[in-house]
Amino acid sequence: MSKITPENQSIVVRFAGDSGDGVQLLGGQFAESTALAGADFSTFPDFPAEIRAPVGTTFGVSAFQINLGARRISTAGDQPDVLVALNPAALKVNLPTLPKGAVIILNTDAFTDRNFSKANIAADPRQTGELDDYQVIEIAISTQTLEAVKPHGLSKSDAEQCKNFWSLGAVLWMFGRDREPIINWATKKFSRKPAEILVGNVAALNAGHAYAETAELSAEIPQFVIGEAPMEAGEYRSITGAEALSLGLAAAGELAGREVMFCGYPITPASSILHHLSRMGDLGVSTFQAEDEIAACCAAIGASYGGAIGVTSSSGPGIALKTEAIGLGMAAELPLVIVNSQRGGPSTGLPTKTEQSDLYQSVYGRNADAPLPVVAAAGPGDCFDAAIEATRVALRHMTPVFLLTDGYIANAAGPWELPNMDDYEPILTNAVNGDAANGDDPTALKKTIWNRDPSSLGRPWVAPGASGLAHRIGGLEKDIETGDISYDAANHQAMSELRARKVAAVADFIPDQEVEQGNSKGPLAVVGWGSTHGAIWRAVQMARDEGLDVAQIHLRWLSPLPKNLGRLLSDYDRVLLPEMNMGQCATLLRDKLGLNVVQLNKVSGQPFKITEILNAIRENYPGAKQAAE
Amino acid sequence: MNKPLTAKDFATDQEVRWCPGCGDYAILKCMQKTLADVEADPDKTVFVSGIGCSSRFPYYMNSYGFHTIHGRAPAFATGLKLANPELDVWIVTGDGDGLSIGGNHLLHVLRRNLDTQVLLFNNEIYGLTKGQYSPTSRVGTRSPSTPSGSIDAPVSPGAFALGANARFIARGIDTDAKNLSPVLKAAREFKGAAFVEIFQNCIVYNKDRFEDFVAKKTAADTQIHCEHGKPLLFAKGAKGLKLNAATLKLEIVDVGENATPVEDVLVHDETNRVLAQMLLTLPMGEFPMPLGVIYREPAQSFDDAFSQHHPSGRKRTGKVADALRKGSVWKKS
Ligand SMILES: Cc1ncc(C[n+]2csc(CCOP(=O)(O)OP(=O)(O)O)c2C)c(N)n1
Ligand code: SF4
Ligand SMILES: [Mg+2]
Repeated sequence: MSKITPENQSIVVRFAGDSGDGVQLLGGQFAESTALAGADFSTFPDFPAEIRAPVGTTFGVSAFQINLGARRISTAGDQPDVLVALNPAALKVNLPTLPKGAVIILNTDAFTDRNFSKANIAADPRQTGELDDYQVIEIAISTQTLEAVKPHGLSKSDAEQCKNFWSLGAVLWMFGRDREPIINWATKKFSRKPAEILVGNVAALNAGHAYAETAELSAEIPQFVIGEAPMEAGEYRSITGAEALSLGLAAAGELAGREVMFCGYPITPASSILHHLSRMGDLGVSTFQAEDEIAACCAAIGASYGGAIGVTSSSGPGIALKTEAIGLGMAAELPLVIVNSQRGGPSTGLPTKTEQSDLYQSVYGRNADAPLPVVAAAGPGDCFDAAIEATRVALRHMTPVFLLTDGYIANAAGPWELPNMDDYEPILTNAVNGDAANGDDPTALKKTIWNRDPSSLGRPWVAPGASGLAHRIGGLEKDIETGDISYDAANHQAMSELRARKVAAVADFIPDQEVEQGNSKGPLAVVGWGSTHGAIWRAVQMARDEGLDVAQIHLRWLSPLPKNLGRLLSDYDRVLLPEMNMGQCATLLRDKLGLNVVQLNKVSGQPFKITEILNAIRENYPGAKQAAE
Repeated sequence: MNKPLTAKDFATDQEVRWCPGCGDYAILKCMQKTLADVEADPDKTVFVSGIGCSSRFPYYMNSYGFHTIHGRAPAFATGLKLANPELDVWIVTGDGDGLSIGGNHLLHVLRRNLDTQVLLFNNEIYGLTKGQYSPTSRVGTRSPSTPSGSIDAPVSPGAFALGANARFIARGIDTDAKNLSPVLKAAREFKGAAFVEIFQNCIVYNKDRFEDFVAKKTAADTQIHCEHGKPLLFAKGAKGLKLNAATLKLEIVDVGENATPVEDVLVHDETNRVLAQMLLTLPMGEFPMPLGVIYREPAQSFDDAFSQHHPSGRKRTGKVADALRKGSVWKKS
């Protein structure tokens, strides 16, 4: 078979197998080699929800998808062009997602009656005609692996474990990749294991590569050519959203010169942030695993009160528990960053699946009039900047800030151009401004504590320990000037207005909304927020290639909205808003801007496919034939 | 500030809003005096409270203070103390605040042994919300929500604290400053979570609930003041507590020449957890009320361990710019 250069310069590969098959490692290393080859890529792991699902079952299938290209890649891909299925369950689960003509590599050793029954498969799919529309390549991967590692004295189970390296070797050949960097990586990885583990895995890798190369078979196994993608010059690494967000928080601490005190309670998919940060102690980060989400939020506020940057993180159910404390943080005018890694809900919902359905909760979800700034990360690498921005606003305006991410962003990865820390402005904290010791005014000290900056309305950050500034704070309504408890009617009105104005004031500090692709007026704009960015970006690009005058506008700040947004959006005939909920941002825009959008809502737990958005663009393009016609 | 501080210096300009005759006044006064006595630095002292009449306490203490939300004071205090271990952090809570809505946090702050003082003002009632029964109310307590008497068994704050692995447990009485003040001092000195139950009279909703053992006239017979290394005597030395080896229970004995010799009276050992358990669960009425420091067995505090086990001792030794480059980095030109 000759070498194939995909038409759209990109290809989607999906590795799938049993949880114990080492699929994530296989995918991760293939991504690594993709990076070194200079292609762009985006990856997404798909773990089973069960910790140790029974071997061979469909719910125990673990998968790793990568979209790689010689052009900019913005999502992990709609459909796999190549599926590597290490067992029948993996084939069964993934077959429905494959387009006709896809390449399927099967480990025939796993296609046994026993495995069919574990996966509830009635008949061998190779015999039923189900696979007729695909290019199926059958390889006895386990046999080949055992053969290759035999001379190296591994136990049977260790030897079988090498089949992911064998598969990797074959796939590396399919993409014309070097084995060298993988071998170097493995040498490090297995340095503490018995020597034969490394030797065996390398032997398997080489054997897989050689097998694919062998003349008679290479007629059957396709080779793909994916060249380098044009990317800006710079240093790159692969990063997941959870890792970028953690590094962003550490960076915020560095920029502010304060310790970051991260207080959390485990919950999927937010836990990985706690795990990453607990390894960043040297970056001025401390982590505290509290007894529940309420305590985590309260401890973070306590830490902020004490002069550290308090951060708390959870997913929807945990955020719900933090709600009362967040209100206190707001009333006491203390900084706090609340990270919400959104997942499918309501209630326990779909813990491992992604959704954007906590926007109402962030913007509106508290008792009383309690507006707060809300910022959303658009993708894995963007989490870094979003975390810095959230912290900057929290400290400047002395308020809790919501930082939204989701299960997709948390686990997805792609190349990320390393930022230059010198490009970031320091994060300033509000110092005491006023004469606390003014003997003529007995309330001088208190007035100093609540002496808010006129533009940001942020008060000075005075932590206990500061000499001569002892004062009391709390959740009871307070006098706007002295902070004393006040039940005065006019004062409560003034304080409520002040809290609203404070959030509105954030808009004075954030950039105007820009148009990412297309013109600043026209027939159709696609507006998005959060993790839909990649799919929208590609869909708009493809629509524009088709000659449609479509624009892409992606929101970073959901509360407050950029000041120019209303005017900007009014210059389009129509606005299409894809989001992974039942229309929450659509409500927000109707509420804040009086704007009606065309909604594209998806709540299947799966991210948008590019084609879904592209189709919606085509259908809603003014003048297009409506589907109903 | 060179002049030594007085109790007055620890008072704020806020009008105290408790009901006249409320036991909270006495505790406040005792605290202000105690802090002046020990020359506490108001700038390094923080009172953190939840919600309830008792939790208004911080507003009246001229130090730093944070009146937070119902039941959660221990969690705020934990974040605060971790952020700045130099601070002297006091938690003020009520029987509802600390044992109902906040029972979970109380458990954890005690077992973690955060260096803080937890003062639980026990009035066996929800004062602020106008008198409903609380988790420390005795069975049969009539209240607006239990007109025919409460039916659920109460929790003993001290036994709860011991069960939570608290390492300092003491008791005092609101109006008995003479004995309460040393307890507060000992709690403050203790490096770890010091739990103090203070019997507090809610004159409006649970008037004189503790009169049985608080009344001055009969106090000698109804109170037993525990002092480490001293025999557990009361009734001016005429009575004492003795361990009955057969029942493994404490019993009251007459002490004197013709009765039990004082040498046979149980000597208080504040490091003895089993004894603490017995003292903290002595049936009320039958026995005198044990007061003072009942249990004290220090261990490393949470905040200490937190800094000690921190990979860089709470210092910023690395740079984000370097951390970004950990792992595999490639260049594009
Ligand atoms: C979340 C929440 N639930 C309920 C209340 C109402 N509330 C305030 S104080 C209190 C009980 C206080 O009892 P306790 O802790 O014993 O304090 P006391 O007033 O007796 O000193 C309750 C139920 C509240 N403030 N917040
Ligand atoms: S209601 Fe009871 S506890 Fe509250 S202030 Fe009045 S007397 Fe004190
Ligand atoms: Mg009470």
